[in-house]
Amino acid sequence: MRVTRRKILQTAAGTAALSAIGGPTFAQPGAGEIVIGSLHDLSGGLDVVGKPMEEALQLAVEEINATGGLLGRKVRVVTLDTQTNVQLCAQYAQQLALKDKASVVFGGITSASREVIRPVMRRFNTLYFYNTQYEGGVCDRNIFCTGQTPAQNVDKLVPYVTRRWGKKIYVIAADYNYGHITADWIKKYAKTSGAEVVAADFFPLDVNQFGPTIQKIQAAKPDLVISVLVGGAHMAFYRQWAAAGMSSRIPLASTTFSVGSEHIVLSPAESDGIVTAFNYFESIDTPVNQAFVSRWHKRYGSGYPYICEMAVATYQGVNLWAQGIRKAGSLDRMKTIEALEDGVSFDGPSGKVSIDPATHHCTLDIQIAECKDRKWQIRETFKQQKPVETAAVCDLRKNPGENKQFVVKV
Amino acid sequence: MDYVAVIAVEVLNAIATLVLVSIGLAVIFGMMRVINLAHGEFIMLGGYAATMAVKWGIDIWLSMLVVAPLAVGLAGAVLERLVIRHLYGRMLDAMLATWGLSLLLVGLTTAFFGTTTQGVQSPLGATSIGSYSVSLYAAFVITMAAVVCLLLYVLLRHTHFGLRARSVMQNASMAAALGMHPKRTYAVTFALGAALAGLAGGILAPITGVVPTIGVAYVAKAFITVIGGGTSILAGTVAASTVFGTVNQLVSFVATPVIGEVALLAVAMVLIRLLPQGITGRFFRGRI
Repeated sequence: MRVTRRKILQTAAGTAALSAIGGPTFAQPGAGEIVIGSLHDLSGGLDVVGKPMEEALQLAVEEINATGGLLGRKVRVVTLDTQTNVQLCAQYAQQLALKDKASVVFGGITSASREVIRPVMRRFNTLYFYNTQYEGGVCDRNIFCTGQTPAQNVDKLVPYVTRRWGKKIYVIAADYNYGHITADWIKKYAKTSGAEVVAADFFPLDVNQFGPTIQKIQAAKPDLVISVLVGGAHMAFYRQWAAAGMSSRIPLASTTFSVGSEHIVLSPAESDGIVTAFNYFESIDTPVNQAFVSRWHKRYGSGYPYICEMAVATYQGVNLWAQGIRKAGSLDRMKTIEALEDGVSFDGPSGKVSIDPATHHCTLDIQIAECKDRKWQIRETFKQQKPVETAAVCDLRKNPGENKQFVVKV
Repeated sequence: MDYVAVIAVEVLNAIATLVLVSIGLAVIFGMMRVINLAHGEFIMLGGYAATMAVKWGIDIWLSMLVVAPLAVGLAGAVLERLVIRHLYGRMLDAMLATWGLSLLLVGLTTAFFGTTTQGVQSPLGATSIGSYSVSLYAAFVITMAAVVCLLLYVLLRHTHFGLRARSVMQNASMAAALGMHPKRTYAVTFALGAALAGLAGGILAPITGVVPTIGVAYVAKAFITVIGGGTSILAGTVAASTVFGTVNQLVSFVATPVIGEVALLAVAMVLIRLLPQGITGRFFRGRI
């Protein structure tokens, strides 16, 4: 092709036009706005968990902006939908850190996604809040975990169910890091309660036929079954369990039931009697929670099915971060971390939530509740439980450069 | 002794599920040599049809056994007219088109119903075998599989339509020369295959729940069963389901469901290696 003056002029004009089209897609932050990132699964299999977390984040930010924002500036949320696809987590985490220059990122639901996002956030010096209950052990100064850990929920659930129903436990769990590590924790806390885990079966996330499992459970004759099943396909277990008439024969406890609003989707016959231990239940009877629930219903409709624990953990996480910013008086990451390590707590819908400086996890209340008619009846409350299992292996004050997840050895 | 009876019930349940899930594909593939990769989505649509019908107040048995197959049969007829009709004889193109169709159906369902698992409660209770509790729904599934096979046999062997369908399957040009309409027969057969898939989806909805991506799990098993079964529609599907279902369940009992799936696939590989034409390429030849 001959290079003519006409060709050069055309190419230059075309390039100018293209870059003008590309221009407006780069978000220009308003003058002095604080940008925070939201990285949740809003579509795909985990949308039933991700959407409430996103809604909780928006509610918290709206309340902050209504009182004048932070440091005199408004807070703006950049939301990216990771579509239940772990690859997108890495990509979008990088985008939030580099392109949007977020001051903090809230997000990641499964432990798999957290372990993808965490190193990215650390590499690009962006603060990260992980607001989902998980298997414990993460020791990283750049992350704050507001979800409950096994020392908080499993350690309370296992003695309760052992006392109530008996000492032989059958565990069924999802076949990935959370399921395996939680099953190990159940074994550990069973030993300390004098109980015994007779068997632990693991199921990949897409298995939805549990016929042989139900018969094997009957053959093992346990006193109770603890379910660590996750996701939509595993919900079929509760259907098949009730269809086989097992609900009245062997009691069920779970560390994950209701996270995906299972008690709303299933019928009362399939969900009654299941016992869980969580930080938050919508039926918690305190003025703070009642006010929160009515604010939530005003914002999202009174017909909202159920406000789940992860949504409240996200709400509490945002408020804890806001407190850290106010205390630090600046958006600087290190100053914020030091402020958050200096005794920050928040009176949330689930009770008082305080950040533990040594582990960057939270001290919080735990309730044990039983499902009846699609509602949770709280049976026991344990106030201000510390994240002891992580505290046993992780001290960020002594080793601030620590960056790993410790795994329990049973 | 009770445990053996319970295992036997679960094995029969697995065989029946495989039969129900595969028979629709066997009809379409066996009659028309169309590789229908949207078969799993037909099952999914049947599940959604049954679930929505129950939500709108229709009796659950009617929803599962009448509404689901009718709805999906109708959808199948429409899709045949629009898409499949142009692809007879072009196997690879049909694969591509039906793959696109499956993505389209998943997307449409997600747009309308979201990705949350929905479902209906299992309508039957449970019964005891000795000290074990077994779901009565397993008996229902087994009965329905037997009924479907029987009705299909009667349809193909003792009705005019069955005769026409079988002759078009054997030699389409000869059948056309004798005054039959192969295209019309194909259309009805495709709708029949889709209706059977819808029926399977409706029957399985109460025990698995429905979600737009549930088809993926079924289409693989259905294909393995149909190819393993061979050219005969009924005899092949039943024979392959028996072999695969038994292996799957027995290994699941001894180990875990994951190992059961692995065993099913291993047996399928060995079977195809030894009998490349499927089971009915060698045994039960010439049966329907």
